[in-house]
Amino acid sequence: MRIVFLLSSLASILAVFLICWFLFANGLPAILKIGPLKFLLRQYWSPTNVPASFGILPMILGSIYVTAGAIIVGVPIGVFTAVFMAKICPKPIYKILKPAVDLLAGIPSVVYGFFGMVTIVPFIRNFFGGNGSNVLAAALLLGLMILPTIIGITETAIRAIPNELYDGAVALGASHIRAVFSVILPAAKSGILSAVVLGIGRAIGETMAVIMVAGNQAIMPAGLLDGVRTLTSNIVLEMGYASGLHREALIATGVVLFVFILLINLLFSVLRREKTR
Amino acid sequence: MRRKIIDHFLQIFAWSSAIMTFAALLFLIGHILVNGIPYLSPKLFAWEYNSTNVSLLPALLTTIITVILALIVAVPFGIFTAIYLVEYAKKGNKIVKLVRITAETLSGIPSIVYGLFGLLFFVTALGWGFSLIAGTLTLAIMILPLIMRTTEEALKSVPDAYREGAYGLGAGKLRTVFRIVLPSAAPGILAGIVLAIGRIVGESAALIYTAGTVAQVPTSLMASGRTLAVHMYSLSREGLYTGQAYATAVVLLLLVVGINALSAFIVKKISKS
Repeated sequence: MRIVFLLSSLASILAVFLICWFLFANGLPAILKIGPLKFLLRQYWSPTNVPASFGILPMILGSIYVTAGAIIVGVPIGVFTAVFMAKICPKPIYKILKPAVDLLAGIPSVVYGFFGMVTIVPFIRNFFGGNGSNVLAAALLLGLMILPTIIGITETAIRAIPNELYDGAVALGASHIRAVFSVILPAAKSGILSAVVLGIGRAIGETMAVIMVAGNQAIMPAGLLDGVRTLTSNIVLEMGYASGLHREALIATGVVLFVFILLINLLFSVLRREKTR
Repeated sequence: MRRKIIDHFLQIFAWSSAIMTFAALLFLIGHILVNGIPYLSPKLFAWEYNSTNVSLLPALLTTIITVILALIVAVPFGIFTAIYLVEYAKKGNKIVKLVRITAETLSGIPSIVYGLFGLLFFVTALGWGFSLIAGTLTLAIMILPLIMRTTEEALKSVPDAYREGAYGLGAGKLRTVFRIVLPSAAPGILAGIVLAIGRIVGESAALIYTAGTVAQVPTSLMASGRTLAVHMYSLSREGLYTGQAYATAVVLLLLVVGINALSAFIVKKISKS
């Protein structure tokens, strides 16, 4: 039986190996055929033109803009909410707020996307003009979607800070709020940083919700109110009908995304190791 | 004086952030319920999906089938792996380290990358086409780390005294694991499985190019079918059935809320006992 357990535990190793193998084996040839620099840095994505142009820079920037926006929206609200939950909030409120945050984490991304499509997009359309599907809409929606991740990890990090620090600050004459914000929060900074990194990972990998609110134009995004296409949406939008080099280029888009994610994961585990030290 | 003002502002920020988080959730749920419930007609639960009646029942049934199949594959692997990590492996074991790293990697991979992998491996390389089996295997890999981690934690929380007691009574390793350790860890494992069900129900990006989007209940493992989340995506992309999309969102939300509540209930039961 021991051998059965051992073999099962190899499943996850095999899965990671297969995922890497199939993505890279199918994506790298296209990158080499197109030329790595051309693929990554060209500003035009027109796979069906003659001659076709496969530059994914607009999508790379799109992913970065949207993610940055989500972080700007989600991190302050998330961190303040976590501080509130861990140190300020009265117990009865906590009993409502905690399940609410858990529920926020459980809502499927299509439901978020649909919600964004029927509320955030029309709101932006009425307020700022344009068609409303743009960087801003995606950033707001993703900011909401990463909230539970940010709140959860930050709250755990804050709760892990020993009470002595707080007591010491109060003994030195700091008010409750001051002790929380200038002693506990800085002490929890590596935990908060890993929350941000994980939030980045979630935002950059999000697909369906972004497709439904971001506009999806494969052109260089110029501002908050421009439509934008991310790396993830590029795959879903065109995989259905792509063939030949176009299809391979989409897989290569996935490879670029995968490398991004691996780097973010690496950063996350480095941060966590630092914390335990 | 200045300090006091800053204190006040910080406190206000903290309160308003929490209120905003809560308000966003309330608004989301309220908006979908108010607009969706009027469209929850019996017609929406008809047996057949067609262009005049976008019934969600086939998608709902497909979702249930998908959940069951994915669990059948992922749960044994997940639990066995956790048993190996907690009960058998020695400290500092190289394989354990590798399993941990790969599981962590798996849990960080976005669902679209799983979808892409499923398309390349199951659908194309193995030649299965858009099929239930391609979709469920892709999902099984996706939920594997979740089941592994929750089972591992559940096993770790079983006190060593139980194991020693079993050994003392003459039980072997295997009997101890299956008769003593696993039953005591069962609620924790169950909570993890329920969470995994929640993830499958909400998943769409990993399924579109593996299980496909056919709106029929699949008649075999090799047939294509869409789950409720994928159905919801198709409806809202088409833009013709906004009301029905709202109603589908209601069903999806209720499912997820129910599943979450169930998991929380199980966890509460554990911490009480």
